[in-house]
Amino acid sequence: MASLKELKGRINSVKSTQKITKAKQMVAAAKLRKAQSAAEAARPYAERLAKVMGSLATKVSGDGAPKLLAGTGSDQRHLLVLVNTDKGLCGGLNANLVKAAKAQAAQLLGQGKDVSFYLVGKKGRAPIRRDYAKNIAHQFDTSTVRTPGFAEAEQIAAELIQLFEDGKFDVAHLVYPVFKSALAQDPTSVQLIPVPTPETAGADNGAVVEYEPDEEAILAELLPRYVRTRLFGALLEREASEQGASMTAMDNATRNAGELIQKLTIQYNRSRQAAITTELVEIIAGAEAL
Amino acid sequence: MALHFELVTPAQLVRSADVHMVVVPGAEGEFGVLEGHAPFMSTIRDGAIKIYTSANGSPEEIKVQGGFAEVGATGLTVLAEHVEG
Repeated sequence: MASLKELKGRINSVKSTQKITKAKQMVAAAKLRKAQSAAEAARPYAERLAKVMGSLATKVSGDGAPKLLAGTGSDQRHLLVLVNTDKGLCGGLNANLVKAAKAQAAQLLGQGKDVSFYLVGKKGRAPIRRDYAKNIAHQFDTSTVRTPGFAEAEQIAAELIQLFEDGKFDVAHLVYPVFKSALAQDPTSVQLIPVPTPETAGADNGAVVEYEPDEEAILAELLPRYVRTRLFGALLEREASEQGASMTAMDNATRNAGELIQKLTIQYNRSRQAAITTELVEIIAGAEAL
Repeated sequence: MALHFELVTPAQLVRSADVHMVVVPGAEGEFGVLEGHAPFMSTIRDGAIKIYTSANGSPEEIKVQGGFAEVGATGLTVLAEHVEG
């Protein structure tokens, strides 16, 4: 049985932990709303871009297609672009992401392909290094800015396209969390480079579209932009997922701390009462002995 | 007699309105878009988009950087990477 002083110390320490988790939960809830609306605001651009891409990609196919669309002709070397958060305290979000990335890496390695990683965000580094220390090609630090935005997406895209043009990899996959709700964020993997040809909804409505400059030139400019938009979307989804996961995890932690405090308080009161009773018994016994 | 005009950036939908005419700084020269324009697509260079809300009003200018414009049956859509003002 722990002494009264020890119990009191434990109760106080759990109480201060609860204060931290509660504060973090409220911060996450406030940030979540902002991150969610940012993710939603980015959707119209991505949708329209995908639509234009789809109609262009079907027109420019075959030999004239740029490398970013057609690929290098082989699929031997894969690059996994893993988008993790920079901060912890968000439950199993990063663990799930890393698990998904590792599963994909293992699958690709099983098929005899080469796999390397491009890590965005801090929290993926340690667990990936543990298993694939030699395969980490690059890291991108997003922790220096408060909310990663389009500028960061541009930088990442520029780096990736440079690597692709230098022939460092053949296929790039983007692994990132998709924000569904505060309770569910699914790790998702999509092919980033070469740009997958989007499914075009039906045939064109017969209208002859004029292009200025020609289709190839527009497409050549459009593809890097598409990669950038994908990365920007991933960063926004990451932000929303982080806050959502953090809110849920901290809510749980706060509740658990509350339960623990209750249990410890009961224990504390019981031992206090027991001590008083013992003392009384001793006094009475002493008085009767006289 | 109105052209539906949308200006979209990665961060947000900047403008969605019915206007009279929009002058877009295309890569190969400025072009004006009125209602009923033929389907057309062009990259744009850095410059100002001029929006005429009515036939004889003075234009409102929005500076854009990088992107492209698409004219379709639904109107004019400008996808720009950066927007000022």
